[in-house]
Amino acid sequence: MFDFVSFIPRAIAQSIPLLYGSTGEIITEKSGNLNLGIPGVMYVGGICGVIGSFLYEHSFEDPSQMNAALGILIPLICCLVGSLLMGLLYCFLTVTLRANQNVTGLAMTTFGVGFGNFFGGSLIKLAGADVPSISLSTTSGLFRTTLPFAGSLGDFGQMFLSFGFLAYVAIVIALVSSHVLTKTRIGLQLRAVGEDPATADAAGIDITRYKYVATCLGCMIAGLGGLYYVMDYANGVWSNDAFGDRGWLAIALVIFTIWRPNVSILASILFGGLYILYLFIPTGTDLAVKELYKMLPYVVTIIVLVITSVRNKRENQPPEGLGLPYFREDR
Amino acid sequence: MAEKQPAVRMRHISKSFGQVKANHDVDLDIYGGEILALLGENGSGKTTLMNMLSGIYFPDAGSIEIQGKPVTIASPKDAFEHGIGMVHQHFRLVNVFSATENIVLGLDESEGFDLKAAAEKIHAICEAYGFDVDLNQKVYEMSVSQKQTVEIVKLIYRGADILILDEPTAVLTPQETEKLFAVLRNMRNDGKAIVIITHKLHEVQEISDRVVVLRKGENVGEMITAESTTQQMTNMMVGHQVTLNIERPTPVDPVERIRVKGLTVRDDEGVLKLDDVSFSAFGGEVLGIAGVSNSGQKELLEAIAGLQGVESGSIQYVGDDGQVQELTGKDPYQISSMGVALSFVPEDRLGMGLVGSMSITDNMLLRSFRDGKSIFADRKAPRELAEKVVGDLEVDTPGVDTPVRRLSGGNVQKVLVGREISSSPSVLLCAYAVRGLDVNSSYLIYDLINKQKQSGVAVVYVGEDLDVLLELCDKILVLCSGKVSGIVDARSTTKNKVGLMMTRLKGGEAA
Repeated sequence: MFDFVSFIPRAIAQSIPLLYGSTGEIITEKSGNLNLGIPGVMYVGGICGVIGSFLYEHSFEDPSQMNAALGILIPLICCLVGSLLMGLLYCFLTVTLRANQNVTGLAMTTFGVGFGNFFGGSLIKLAGADVPSISLSTTSGLFRTTLPFAGSLGDFGQMFLSFGFLAYVAIVIALVSSHVLTKTRIGLQLRAVGEDPATADAAGIDITRYKYVATCLGCMIAGLGGLYYVMDYANGVWSNDAFGDRGWLAIALVIFTIWRPNVSILASILFGGLYILYLFIPTGTDLAVKELYKMLPYVVTIIVLVITSVRNKRENQPPEGLGLPYFREDR
Repeated sequence: MAEKQPAVRMRHISKSFGQVKANHDVDLDIYGGEILALLGENGSGKTTLMNMLSGIYFPDAGSIEIQGKPVTIASPKDAFEHGIGMVHQHFRLVNVFSATENIVLGLDESEGFDLKAAAEKIHAICEAYGFDVDLNQKVYEMSVSQKQTVEIVKLIYRGADILILDEPTAVLTPQETEKLFAVLRNMRNDGKAIVIITHKLHEVQEISDRVVVLRKGENVGEMITAESTTQQMTNMMVGHQVTLNIERPTPVDPVERIRVKGLTVRDDEGVLKLDDVSFSAFGGEVLGIAGVSNSGQKELLEAIAGLQGVESGSIQYVGDDGQVQELTGKDPYQISSMGVALSFVPEDRLGMGLVGSMSITDNMLLRSFRDGKSIFADRKAPRELAEKVVGDLEVDTPGVDTPVRRLSGGNVQKVLVGREISSSPSVLLCAYAVRGLDVNSSYLIYDLINKQKQSGVAVVYVGEDLDVLLELCDKILVLCSGKVSGIVDARSTTKNKVGLMMTRLKGGEAA
């Protein structure tokens, strides 16, 4: 019998970084910015949180003396500031200077990964550990605090209540984003900016402001995904390149969910499940078969891309102005 | 009316784009309860002037007063606040939004976001002025005229009482134009100030109360419509005497050139674009194609030119010696290597006709780069041709090495038509050859077409201005949703008849 009780919590834990990333990217893309720098932003978010908590945790002889609130706030704020700076950089290049969005995004991913590995390496040296990783177990413990009664609720508790607060924040952010995008004036105006900036401009909407705010907000949300990964999923252990290609999966999720953060909640769990399915399928000692299972999320992504590009309902298409710079007096 | 306070008073307005002076020291008054026609050739600065009023551009010099108060209009938002609204040639509507969503877009009303309440308010406006809009329809499902209606309703919803319409009738059928004009008159009687930018003189006569003429960015005069003739307007616009009649030489010995039988075409999405179309085009005749936009005109020409796949039916070319060649399923290269001289002036000038970032000479080269044996392209002949076209057609350009993208729409069209005609074709296909061109350039193009016709070329001319089609063509084929609703003799038919045939399916019910 397939072990759902241990599979589902792991799938959900796996899905949360993807959900953060895809929600952030959806908000960004709705403003017409195709930010391929999201994987880099998530890396930067993660390492900034790690730097903050490393410095704080190491300022104590005995980490258990730490203030719990500061122990959470410092990494959280470092992560948000780090990803915000990435967002501002992307906006400055693409909105103000009208640089090519694809090139800028890819450069930012390369930069973000390098930035993470560089400072990760420095911290590992500072810590002087035997293994090439940093362990922030105290901070991670704070991030992984669950509801006190979760353990007493049996399978249900284990499946749905065994996560740290960042997991629930991700779901709340996704639901709120969906509501704002579809039901409010701000959402309507943001979508107009992404669909047809000239029209939005003629309607008196400040294009630059919307693009900056949406992209920076998107980056901050995506950055939280990196923080969740290190602090909760990886139990506070940072090792270089461990985050892997989750950032790209998050971008694939955006298309899979046809730009809907609420759909993304379930879709990210599906992707998360596929990502770890190989651990739950008895494959014996044949490692080659395991590797094949690891391909699943990417195969699904490709299939989804094929399906979404042949569907031609207008509402399900990417925002019309996606990837294009806007300049008012350009005729 | 002279003592009346103008709704808008523009004084000494100037605007330059780089070296080009789009407007120079323009004065303009716009009054409430009046329809003002802004007339001028291409590049005379009408749209630029109005864009400054609606906040798209900012004037380099000059002052604007609204209802007697000096104002600064730095953005479209400022323009709204002063009650100015503009319907642009390219509609400013978000395709995936409904009519209501588009209408409320950009408004920050303090009472919150209530689409239902907005819909009721919009409905009331529609009732008052006689608009016909389905508020829940998505913009991408709408016809051009419906989109235009949404644009106008949007402006009124925002409380605009100065409305600017940039060539509103360019894409409408005569019946739709009538409906638009009726609504405009309602609004004028309601005290709104309306400015209409147009090239079509008969519409100026029909709708406007006063005409202001711009020439080369300057206001060269105004007149009361009722007291002036189209001839006077044209003279003022062009600056010298022009003849307004299109001459139509009688065809001499027309010979069959293109024979289309049962042509059926579907687009990429499987939508039927042409359904069992049959006709013949004769050398020495101009065959006009009329129809509401997107009735299959584009597909028809592209199918003949070898750019559009054909589902069934045949297209044949009849040579001078009576030999019949099959064009169906051939691409443009195969067609030209069969010795069929076919010229095509496509609708999308810079997309299909010319390469925008290349110079005039290089664009000429696109037609001739295969000539000669050398592995190097011959640049001398295209350069001479470019110079000839620039000279003959009075193309306004700094030189033949200027990228065509930098030229104005009319000049781009002259380069394209000039190139296509220069290859001495036996069949000339033209789609909207004068779209966006001013009167002077248009007549130049008509002249060129007539010259081709007299030298025995079979001309197929897709047009949108029925008056022109009726004056220029020998026969008119009317398309309605991809079907031929009739082929009529242009000399004996009337505009109304053709207009009804264009909308046969709907028009039939109404009649």
